[in-house]
Amino acid sequence: MSAPIDLPKWADTILVPAVSVVAAFLVAGLVVVGIGENPLTATRLLLQGSLGTGEGLGFTLFYMTDFIFVGLAVAVAYHAGLFNIGGEGQATLAGLGIALVLNNLTFLPGIILIPLGILGAAAFGAAWAAIPGYLQAKRGSHIVITTIMFNWLASVLIVYLLVNVLRAPQNMNPETPAFPPQSEILFMHEVFAAFGIEIPASQLNLTLFLALAAAYGVWLLIYRSRLGYAIRVVGSSPTAAVYAGISPARIIVVAMVISGALAGGLAVNELMGYQHRLLLEFTAGYGFVGIAVALMGRAHPVGIVLASLLFGILYQGGAELAFEQPAITRDMVVVIGGIIILFAGALEGLFRRFVAHVMPRPALAKA
Amino acid sequence: MNSAIQLIAIDKRFGAVHANKDVNLDIARGTIHGIVGENGAGKSTLMSILYGFYEADSGEIRVGGRAVSIRSPADAIHVGIGMVHQHFMLVEPLSVVENVMLGAEGGPLLRKGEAKVKAELARLSRDYGLQIDVDATVGDLSVGLQQRVEILKALYRGADILILDEPTAVLTPAEADALFELLRALKTQGKTVILITHKLREIMAVTDRVSVMRRGEMVATLETTNTSPPELAELMVGRRVLLRVEKTERKPGAPLLEVSDLSVIDSRGVLRVANASFTIHAGEIVGIAGVSGNGQSELLEALAGMRQPVLGSIRFGGQEIALDRHNPHHMRQLGLLHVPEDRLRMGLVSAFPAFESAILGFSDEPRLGHGPILDHDRMVEDLTQKMEQYDVRPPAPRLKTSKFSGGNQQKIVLAREIERRPKVLLVGQPTRGVDIGAIEFIHRRLIALRDAGVGILLVSVELDEIMALSDRILTMCGGQITGERKASETTEQDLGLLMAGVTDEAA
Repeated sequence: MSAPIDLPKWADTILVPAVSVVAAFLVAGLVVVGIGENPLTATRLLLQGSLGTGEGLGFTLFYMTDFIFVGLAVAVAYHAGLFNIGGEGQATLAGLGIALVLNNLTFLPGIILIPLGILGAAAFGAAWAAIPGYLQAKRGSHIVITTIMFNWLASVLIVYLLVNVLRAPQNMNPETPAFPPQSEILFMHEVFAAFGIEIPASQLNLTLFLALAAAYGVWLLIYRSRLGYAIRVVGSSPTAAVYAGISPARIIVVAMVISGALAGGLAVNELMGYQHRLLLEFTAGYGFVGIAVALMGRAHPVGIVLASLLFGILYQGGAELAFEQPAITRDMVVVIGGIIILFAGALEGLFRRFVAHVMPRPALAKA
Repeated sequence: MNSAIQLIAIDKRFGAVHANKDVNLDIARGTIHGIVGENGAGKSTLMSILYGFYEADSGEIRVGGRAVSIRSPADAIHVGIGMVHQHFMLVEPLSVVENVMLGAEGGPLLRKGEAKVKAELARLSRDYGLQIDVDATVGDLSVGLQQRVEILKALYRGADILILDEPTAVLTPAEADALFELLRALKTQGKTVILITHKLREIMAVTDRVSVMRRGEMVATLETTNTSPPELAELMVGRRVLLRVEKTERKPGAPLLEVSDLSVIDSRGVLRVANASFTIHAGEIVGIAGVSGNGQSELLEALAGMRQPVLGSIRFGGQEIALDRHNPHHMRQLGLLHVPEDRLRMGLVSAFPAFESAILGFSDEPRLGHGPILDHDRMVEDLTQKMEQYDVRPPAPRLKTSKFSGGNQQKIVLAREIERRPKVLLVGQPTRGVDIGAIEFIHRRLIALRDAGVGILLVSVELDEIMALSDRILTMCGGQITGERKASETTEQDLGLLMAGVTDEAA
């Protein structure tokens, strides 16, 4: 047992994550040295590739959009005391929802079809999360186990549907026909072009603004709304919730529904914003990255946006790095990401102690 | 004087809070030394420094005359200091022997260590007259016996100096007496005991010397024989305190809460309340006396709507509560409010800022926000006002709930419930872990509430409190109501018999 470590809020929310990221980069640098490459060159390439060019920045922000949605999804569940690691499955089902809406209502104009597609994503993601939520609330089946199982179910279900049901007959690939063109969310370079500004083309699309709006919405929900209050009471103290007349079972289901709907944003960005059809494995493991993002962002929307940017840089810069320096493979980049997750998530307590130790005492006293 | 422990100029700050100010303390070997003070006076901090949970910012600790550096509990154990915490640090599914050897197994294989521990425990039991079955599962033992296991753990690790933090808070009077016997036995064997408590009666009964702390300072150290409870109380609070509440006789009004044949089972299906029937009238305090764990908690929870009764009925203001409306939300709307027994697990959310804890149970009130959004400014303003009325210290609504002392947390809960003008107030253990100054305040508030026509059901394990506040007293034993007395016509002995299950019919 040791004394609780009290830090000023700014140190807790900014300094500790920053220190852990720096430490993670140092260790990752050692790994790069270990395979005989220059870590400084690698860092330069990573930053150059993700932030140095307009195109690179576009891709970085595209990934960031994905990570904001899944990070928020994990965070909302986390505030209710739940560990939703089913973001992959929920986003996959959300993709199905999008495909069903868009390809069946092709006659609608874009201004109606796009919101309906987004709602379809949210509804399917929510429904897929609601089942584990219900099982947790009413039967006590642990949500970690059930959400993992639901990831597999989603993955197998989508294979079956794409191969046997939704595939266009003449197409050899397991994918749906393209969505109707009016349902495509505009690329950012198209929007800018409309105003006469030329920016490099990338996958980045308007969904980024939806993600930022979702981050604001989650902040409002969790920290300012009556429902968010109830969610946090359940997450912090289930007995206090019962005393207060808040039903933990109801809140668990509600939180999972919101969480699943947010995970659906990943499908909106990837499918409506970029691929314009439903295909296999578009989630690419981002649902799991969301756990790291939420942990690193301390389940706070601002932290999640910042952590998403960091992971966006890592993903985009990492891809460039693997391309420029073949010795550093894609797998190495995953290792570096893993180190950051380990340091930011699991070893956070270590860095809290370190920060508390090196911080001048008067600074602590003032807080 | 032969000192066991000397604390010299100990100073400790937590942020803006100066928890220990230049504290000096000298504890003689082979004595029982009491430390009293209100919650937040710095007793626990001082003992935590002594036991290595915290490090002092400055000052010196001497054990047996030698300066030592205690940076962790392991260091403390090493220099012969043992601690028995208020909340036991035991592994319930393990046996007594296994608990004692935990952390001192003496090698990767348990058998050798176990034999050694058993031999040592036998010796300790003989020396101090501690009767305990070393193979019993700790979870099956009574609270009093679990505490003995904690003491044995400390003694086994070679403790010469034993710190006990509020040891009687969880004990029945008989168990407390047995503990005091044990402490005296330890003293005759040359051990030194430091007893932290806020119960002055215990200080008078068992200690040799007593030190009083107030607001982080050590204000006095006295020979117990030369002092008295009123003097100690005055030293603790810094002013004169009324140890008895003054109240006038009052005629109760109309029946408000009528309970008939209520039976309640707990989550494991055990019957905890059996056929309880009673009525609470407007303007009276009905006390429920009983040893903790005899169904009082379940009764309160059932009345508050948190637990569905299996049998019986509850009528509020003449209206029967339908089963499907028997929930905390509906009961609150009717005007039945509840100060729960366990403020940390139920009454508040310790991780929340105080102003959020101060709306627990009322987060749906329209006036607290606009539509689905809560108005934080309004909530803060609301609590600022209540903190002033209830003298909550520090008056900082944005401070985290867990940073307030027990008494101030309780005032936050009381303010939240009382200021919503209840018709009936259920009150569980209103002064548990609350300092003397706050107890006086809380008692006065409850009496004022009664005089304003509120019906109050008071559950407390402090018989003094029940007798001082109640107009009528019900006793509970084994889930049954074993008797009813007018407070003015009963004695502690009389109630003690009823609490032990000796009913009027049997007597």
